[in-house]
Formats: sequence, structure tokens, C-alpha cells
Amino acid sequence: MAKTIIEKIWDEHIVYEEEGKPDLLYIDLHLIHEVTSPQAFEGLRLANRKVRRPDLCFATMDHNVPTKNLPVINDPIAKKQITTLEKNCEEFGVQLADMQHPDQGIVHIIGPELGLTQPGKTIVCGDSHTSTHGAFGAIAFGIGTSEVEHVLSTQTLWQSKPKTMEIRVTGQIGFGVTAKDIILAIISKFGIGVGTGHIVEYTGEAIRGLTMEERMTICNMSIEAGAKAGLIGPDETTINYLRGRRYAPQGEEFEAAAERWLALNTDEDAEYDQVLEIDADEIEPFVTWGTNPSMGSGISANIPTSADYVSETEKSALRSALEYMGLEEGMALTDIEIQHAFIGSCTNARLSDLEAAAKVVKGKHVHPTVTAIVVPGSRTVKKQAEEIGLDKIFTDAGFEWRESGCSMCLAMNDDVVPAGERCASTSNRNFEGRQGAGSRTHLVSPSMAAAAALHGHFVDVRKIEAAVQI
Amino acid sequence: MEPINKIESVLTPLNKNNVDTDQIISKEFLKRIERTGFGEYLFYHWRYHADGTKNEEFVLNDPRYDGSTILVAHDNFGCGSSREHAPWAILDYGFRVVIAPSFADIFYSNCFKNGILPIKLSVAEIDEFLQKGKEAPYTLTVSLEDQTVTGEDGSVYSFDIDPYSKKMLLNGWDEISLTFQYEDKITEYEQKHA
Repeated sequence: MAKTIIEKIWDEHIVYEEEGKPDLLYIDLHLIHEVTSPQAFEGLRLANRKVRRPDLCFATMDHNVPTKNLPVINDPIAKKQITTLEKNCEEFGVQLADMQHPDQGIVHIIGPELGLTQPGKTIVCGDSHTSTHGAFGAIAFGIGTSEVEHVLSTQTLWQSKPKTMEIRVTGQIGFGVTAKDIILAIISKFGIGVGTGHIVEYTGEAIRGLTMEERMTICNMSIEAGAKAGLIGPDETTINYLRGRRYAPQGEEFEAAAERWLALNTDEDAEYDQVLEIDADEIEPFVTWGTNPSMGSGISANIPTSADYVSETEKSALRSALEYMGLEEGMALTDIEIQHAFIGSCTNARLSDLEAAAKVVKGKHVHPTVTAIVVPGSRTVKKQAEEIGLDKIFTDAGFEWRESGCSMCLAMNDDVVPAGERCASTSNRNFEGRQGAGSRTHLVSPSMAAAAALHGHFVDVRKIEAAVQI
Repeated sequence: MEPINKIESVLTPLNKNNVDTDQIISKEFLKRIERTGFGEYLFYHWRYHADGTKNEEFVLNDPRYDGSTILVAHDNFGCGSSREHAPWAILDYGFRVVIAPSFADIFYSNCFKNGILPIKLSVAEIDEFLQKGKEAPYTLTVSLEDQTVTGEDGSVYSFDIDPYSKKMLLNGWDEISLTFQYEDKITEYEQKHA
């Protein structure tokens, strides 16, 4: 029977199946960080259990780590979580890239970077943005701490087979439009609950044309469409990215693996439970104006009005979002002034993201009322960026150049947007208080965040980039 | 995990859709290394103003719902972050049942690991509960065994739940212990895929 890549990977990982029960699924890679793991390790200790396959686990610290004045952590509770992870990894034999380690970084940035993330794998982490790894043609999803404990002790999870969904992105994105704009447009068009209960495969020529780093941005925000996971079938782009990475197969083994990986792709006549389509040609650089990732529009649009919605629930959601955001119905997006710009997070803190932002800011200066920071996604990204002088471009333009971590995406460390202030952010969530109590987040691409930082309000980056090219 | 079957309580009407886990438990409270003690921070930024005073308009601060163990909300409850601190906070606060038209996947799954029963009912039924619960305290009786929610007026609403999750909740079983019964299958799988 013809199968989608989702079914092929799923079926390959079934350890045990029985009518009336979820499948017992084998997990190939378990990524671990300091915030969602302490209670899981404590559970193992209390039950006198060990980690079944420490060789399939990899840990790092990212959520809590400071991005300046390392290695000092001012917050004693955060410090406790970090030292707890160190102790747990030592006691249970799990490999850890700690704060000082050259491999340290946001867990979803370093997995691919090190070649741990590979096509055909099942990958989990106690973090919803685990969907990022789907960019390689893997089934990768976020789990809660109880499931972290379950994977640590059994290397498996009980999982009901999700439905399959194809999101086809036809056409090609235009000049100045990025992978971030594609995924924001998808979420805005179809809603934040559209993927619930599904694993999404992104297809179409616009997706095929993306680099691996761009594909990671798309898959990263699958969870923002409610999907359990999102993936993209492996192709030459995938294989070329992985070749030579430290934990990828090497030499002849790699070539054999590459052949297996390509065979994972969805069979021609396979069917999905649901198919959605969006035209890339119509996507503009996006800006969110509300308090969930579906509340966004192309830069040339205005904020909707209650008249644009039918149901009372939607009207009231719009009103309460705009009240929180301090915005008016019908306002032009380019009239929104910002006080902060954040370039970072597992969505947009890879080298190409920093390059895109640097291209916009080169030779210019951050607007006097804006505080702007760049937080590379990993120590490796930071080093590579410094080798090509990006740090200098940013600091010359008035940006702060920081150490790697999750930082202002969720503001668990000291990188907080003050109440009532507004941030152009390359992260993934604009929920109330996400970047600090009372903070107001606008999700954008790295080049849009950079452009807003220079101007003090949102601008259409296509106009600026065109100017740069002349 | 505490088994769950019959729950009778006044419902707490939370008339919001897309309640995300950042609202359920804000990140500044995620740094504990225990599973307990999160209840006092549940919906913190909705319960308290920035100056720390109580927001009297928020439903959890309405004394009519004190001691309620059933939370009713709108679509896509628990979206966003995978943090299990969200169900821990809900449970620690005292809720055992959450009723909504739909739930985000990770949150839904996390509930079952913690003895919380998430119930999906139709939008119309939720609207009815929210309306009644807002006007005056309204008691619901939930039976997991029968898969029903019964209103004060005797009207009965049925809900679906997969048989595996139902059994786990009814018995309060520890899933990891159960999985260990399949250890030979896991070993077999590992040998085959080595």
C-alpha cells in the first residue's frame, strides 16, 4: 500500500501494537534541557530506575542560561536547575554540552548542527519546538516531563497514530520574503488549531527551494499551527547538509544511509487525511499584531476590525488581544512603534538568519529609542558569525552581541521586555507576557526585525533591501 | 497518580479560547525542580494585577467558585509550550477535570499522566455550561466510567475517550511500570535494529 513518509517512519518504529491501545513507539533520539527534565530524573531516582539508553540521549542548557557576563547566574533558582542537570547527567551517564562547552546552544539548533538529527528518526524533547527537527524528514515532537521520564526509562512512548496532513506551498516566495513569512502566513490562513491531532508534511516547490536552515524555521512553528509534528521529505539539500557532520554516518555508511533516507519520501499515490494549499507568490513579509501566532498580516495590510469577524468569540478575542497589545483596530502595521528588537531563538538564530539581519543593518544605526540584541542560537553559530565579521556589523550598528541561549524568546533569564513595551522578535510566540509580564511581542523574520530596529517602527523590508542592492 | 472516576463540583467558567500554557503557568515559575507547589501560580497574570493586587474580575477570584474541581473553557485549551508545569498547576490548584471543545495535543496527553480528566464536548454544550456557570454556581457530575457529564437539571452529555487513557485514569496506573511488562519486546526491537 502506498504510504506517506509519516506512515513509513511511524510503522518502522512500532515496538508493540494491540487493538484498543496506542502503539508502543521506539525513540531514536532524546534531547534534554534543564527546565523540563529535573522532575523526570527525580522520578527515576525515586523508583530506582536507570536510563535505558544514555547513548541515545543528548543534553544541553539553553532556557535559563544568561547571555552576558558568563558564567555568573544571578538567579539562584535558575542556577539550581542548571546544577541539577549537571548532576543528573553525571549520575545517569548522559552526554551534556554545558554552559562552557563549545557545542552548547539551543537544543533545536545543536541537534541538526551536530548531525544528531537525521531523516527517518523518531526524535523527542521536553519542548514543543522539537518539531524543528522534522525539517530533515524525521518525526520529531515535544513531550511533557512524565513522557521524558518514560523515554529515559524505556526508550519508548505510547502514542496513538496521528492523522496525516499535507500543506502544499505552491509557487515561489518573492524578494524579501522568507521561510518565517511562509509559516506565519500558513498559521494566519489556517489557524492555530488546524494541525491538532496531525503530523504535517510540507510540500510544494516553494518548500523544495528552501535551504535546510529555512526548512527548520518552517517545521519549528508547526506546533504554532497545533500540529503534533511537521516534516519535510529528505532530498539532496538534506543530504548535502548532513554530509560530514560529527554524529552523521561517515564514508560509505553515509552513502548507504542517504539512499535509505531518500526512499522514505511519500509514495506518489499515497493519501493524506487532509490537504491544505497556500500560494507562496501571494505571501508578503509578515508581522503579528495580536496575542497568538495566527493574529498576523502582511506588512502592507492594516490590523483587522471586529467587522472582519463573524463569531462573537472571535470578535472578543480580537478586542482583548488589541487591548493587551495597546493597538487600535484598522491601524497600519507600519505605524506600530517598537522599543526592542530581538534576533534569536530556535526559530531564527542560525547563521543564515544572522546574515539576513546583518545585510539590512550594515553601515546603519539602530533607532535611538530602540534596544536591540542578537543572540546566536549556539556557540558554533556565534563562532561562525564572528569569523565572517557579523558581530562587528551588529555592534557597529548599535546592537548588543550576546552568548547563545533561548534568551528573550521566553525571558526565563535576564533578557526581559519591560511591561507595556513592544518588541520586534524573530521568535515563535506572541502570547501575553511571553517576553516578560506585560510585554508586547510582534513576530517577524530576521530582516524585518532588523529593519524595524533601524527605523523604530515596522517597515516593509523589501523597500530597504531594494535600496541596499542599488 | 490519584485514580479518578466520579467528580461532582460547581464548574468554573473560563470564557476564553486558545488558553495557552504560558497563561496557565508563566515562565517565571518554571524554575522549581519539584512537581508540586505550582497551584498558587496558576493563571498568575490574570489573577493578579502588575502591582500584586487581586484582579477581582477574574473568575478564579470569584468566591462563588471556591473549591471548584471542574474548569470549563473554550477551544484549543492548553496550546503552546509542552510544559507539564501547566497540568501540575491545574491539579495543584484543585482542578481534576477540564472541559473544552478541543485541546492542544501535548497538554491533552500531559493531563492523563497526572490524573486530570480532559473532556471534549461540543461548542454548543460548552457555551451552555459557560452561560449557566456565569449566571449562578452550576454543579456538574462527571462519571468517567459512564463517560457522561450530568447537569444540575438532569441533562446528560456523553463524551468520547480512548479506552487506554480511560483505564489509566480509572486505575491511577503508573505508565512506566506497565511499559516494563513489554521490556522483552523493546529488547527485541533494539536487537533487530542494532
